Amino acid sequence: MSRQMNGAQIVLKALKDQGVDTVFGYPGGAVLPIYDEIFQQNDIKHILVRHEQGATHAAEGYARSTGKPGVVLVTSGPGATNAVTGLTDALMDSIPLIVLTGQVPSFMIGSDAFQEADTVGITRPCTKHNWLVKDTDKLAETIHEAFHVATSGRPGPVLIDIPKDIQFANGNYVAPAKADVGHYQPKVKGDKDAITALAELIENAERPVFYTGGGVINSGKGASQLLRELVKETNFPITSTLMGLGSYPASGDNWLGMLGMHGTYEANLAMHGCDLMINIGARFDDRITGRIDAFSPKSKKAHIDIDPSSINKVIHVDVPIIGDVGHVLEDLLKIWKSRGRKTKAAEVKKWHAQIDEWRGKKCLSYKNSDKIIKPQYALERLEALSKGMDRYITTEVGQHQMWAAQYLGFEDPNRWMTSGGLGTMGYGLPASVGVQVAHPDSLVVNVAGEASILMNIQEMGTASQYRLPIKQFILNNERLGMVRQWQELLHGERYSNSWSEALPDFVKLAEAFGAKGILCSDPADLDDAIMEMLNHEGPVIFDCLVEKHENCFPMIPSGKAHNEMLMGEAETQGAIDSGGAVMV
Amino acid sequence: MNAVKLKKGASRKSAYDLKNFSGDTIETHTLAVLVDNEAGVLARVIGLFSGRGYNIESLTVAEVDHEGSRSRITVVTTGTPSVIEQIKAQLDRMVPVYEVHDLTVEGPSVERELALFKVVGKGDKRLEAIRTADIFRANVVDTTLESFVFELTGTPEKIDAFADLMRPLGLDEVARTGVAAIARGL
Repeated sequence: MSRQMNGAQIVLKALKDQGVDTVFGYPGGAVLPIYDEIFQQNDIKHILVRHEQGATHAAEGYARSTGKPGVVLVTSGPGATNAVTGLTDALMDSIPLIVLTGQVPSFMIGSDAFQEADTVGITRPCTKHNWLVKDTDKLAETIHEAFHVATSGRPGPVLIDIPKDIQFANGNYVAPAKADVGHYQPKVKGDKDAITALAELIENAERPVFYTGGGVINSGKGASQLLRELVKETNFPITSTLMGLGSYPASGDNWLGMLGMHGTYEANLAMHGCDLMINIGARFDDRITGRIDAFSPKSKKAHIDIDPSSINKVIHVDVPIIGDVGHVLEDLLKIWKSRGRKTKAAEVKKWHAQIDEWRGKKCLSYKNSDKIIKPQYALERLEALSKGMDRYITTEVGQHQMWAAQYLGFEDPNRWMTSGGLGTMGYGLPASVGVQVAHPDSLVVNVAGEASILMNIQEMGTASQYRLPIKQFILNNERLGMVRQWQELLHGERYSNSWSEALPDFVKLAEAFGAKGILCSDPADLDDAIMEMLNHEGPVIFDCLVEKHENCFPMIPSGKAHNEMLMGEAETQGAIDSGGAVMV
Repeated sequence: MNAVKLKKGASRKSAYDLKNFSGDTIETHTLAVLVDNEAGVLARVIGLFSGRGYNIESLTVAEVDHEGSRSRITVVTTGTPSVIEQIKAQLDRMVPVYEVHDLTVEGPSVERELALFKVVGKGDKRLEAIRTADIFRANVVDTTLESFVFELTGTPEKIDAFADLMRPLGLDEVARTGVAAIARGL
């Protein structure tokens, strides 16, 4: 049954029918008709951000913490271009976003009109797909197709550009069930023969390792459950990428910690020395592989991924399985069990003993101080004091992000929101806004650096407006810590522009935004200060003054292999050669 | 609807039957990509090639099914076997793409290109030009007392050979369509 209504009404109706409860946005001339409809209804809550980039990251936080797509509404021109970073971030990390942009009226497109930009042209490479709607009758169907595309297969951001005359004009509304969402139907079931081949490899492996990624989390909570069952049944060790933390619990017996450039010694050596690597929903990112020609040289590799273009893109694999992680793990368990649940238990036990030996190196130990707060210590205390709470963590990008991944434990999926692929400084604060909107009663902490947080600090205004009790936990070293670390290792300790000069007084800044500010610089006061933050009912900026020159270890220097890790300061001399220096 | 009928190839499963990654030999492949003829679809495909650093040797595109609004893009590309596989996978996952066929590996195929040559000359050169055109079965589609426009259809190699022969005979301008290709047989 189709109904006549105007374009703006169609937008609201379509969002409502898609189950949307929250939209992050910022008004402007080209979306005024839609904002007028928002004003006249109560089903969809609109969160007014302070910058369009903030809207996209907030929607990412919302999406990542709920498993539902995040929705963004911004105006034409600068509204759309400001959303580009968030779109690219969501594309790299496979986060489903639906971004609605206003556009100048269709009869003015191409005339360099006020606030006109070629939005679909600009966002073509940073969306999974995008549409310019030229006919109000097509609007509802396009929105439904957009939700389908964003959430099917490998999730990602989509954008719908809606000229203002289309918003005013009348057209037919089509309900989601009646809409033709196109032919895009990625396959979710893995090939049975390939899955059987993997089951056979599992039966014969002596030094296996699971290498899991964000795909497990994107596949839904069921996939994490199946992964846990698979790990328990096989007793294989498991590591995860930055994006996959939480799919297997950090407290689990088989957990090796995160792998990669700043991963644990045991995880990286297990990857290097394994005879069977089972990649589940990860993509052999360069932060993971290190030097490609020396990556896990003696292993058979299986790769489960829903995106066929991820297979053999970087690392050649022996058993590719194209499908959704949840579906494939279900079939894998079924097939492996029906073949008698076999593993080489004795050899795997020996492998665990070897791994325990590596674990004994305690690669995350650091030299603590009773004078200065070490960033690692701050995170250990945050972890200890917030453990067991209903907790969500977001981060900015840099050293603090890696320390958060190393020292905080994640027991469940969807609890950890970070910018992995794009590495977007300024992601964490708005992401924490989005997470808190989705989970108003939970504890949401953004582990931040003082430089990153300033990139989207304006979103504190959003937090104040909606009384979102987000906690900004700043590890303040007055440096762009990761840049500084690389300059120390690569550029002869010439610290070009990597210090944070003229920093604001974060306590006063918090107060200026109507939030609470807490300053802590003495390790002895840290616990009380963290408790004060956790117990405060409103938003908090916690300015934790930490050691200024701490480096993030362990570290695989660029251009090196997994077994060439740096464990601490003593090993950094000449660690990166000229070949590695050109890499990022 | 014959124009869009393509033999069901291995493209949907291409990741399963990858050849061994033996060395870095550069291969030339002809791909047929069936897409929705929606706004910006060509920009999308070209953007994929430029954004990821792939080569385009030749590109032709036209709507082949007006009712279904589908276009067929024929693209000739070069790369190592792994890059070719990656190109196919990247094309295949695009939302408006229906099918990707690697005509180079999916069995014998026919490749044709159309070209127009303007040749300017007098006397013996003019005579030699028309004689050579006859050998190549090129058609004369325009003539003045001092020039010909030849129309030639054939493989890219044939077009190249004709251009080489015409150059000393007064070749002035060439317009080429790029390759259109289709699998042989049913």
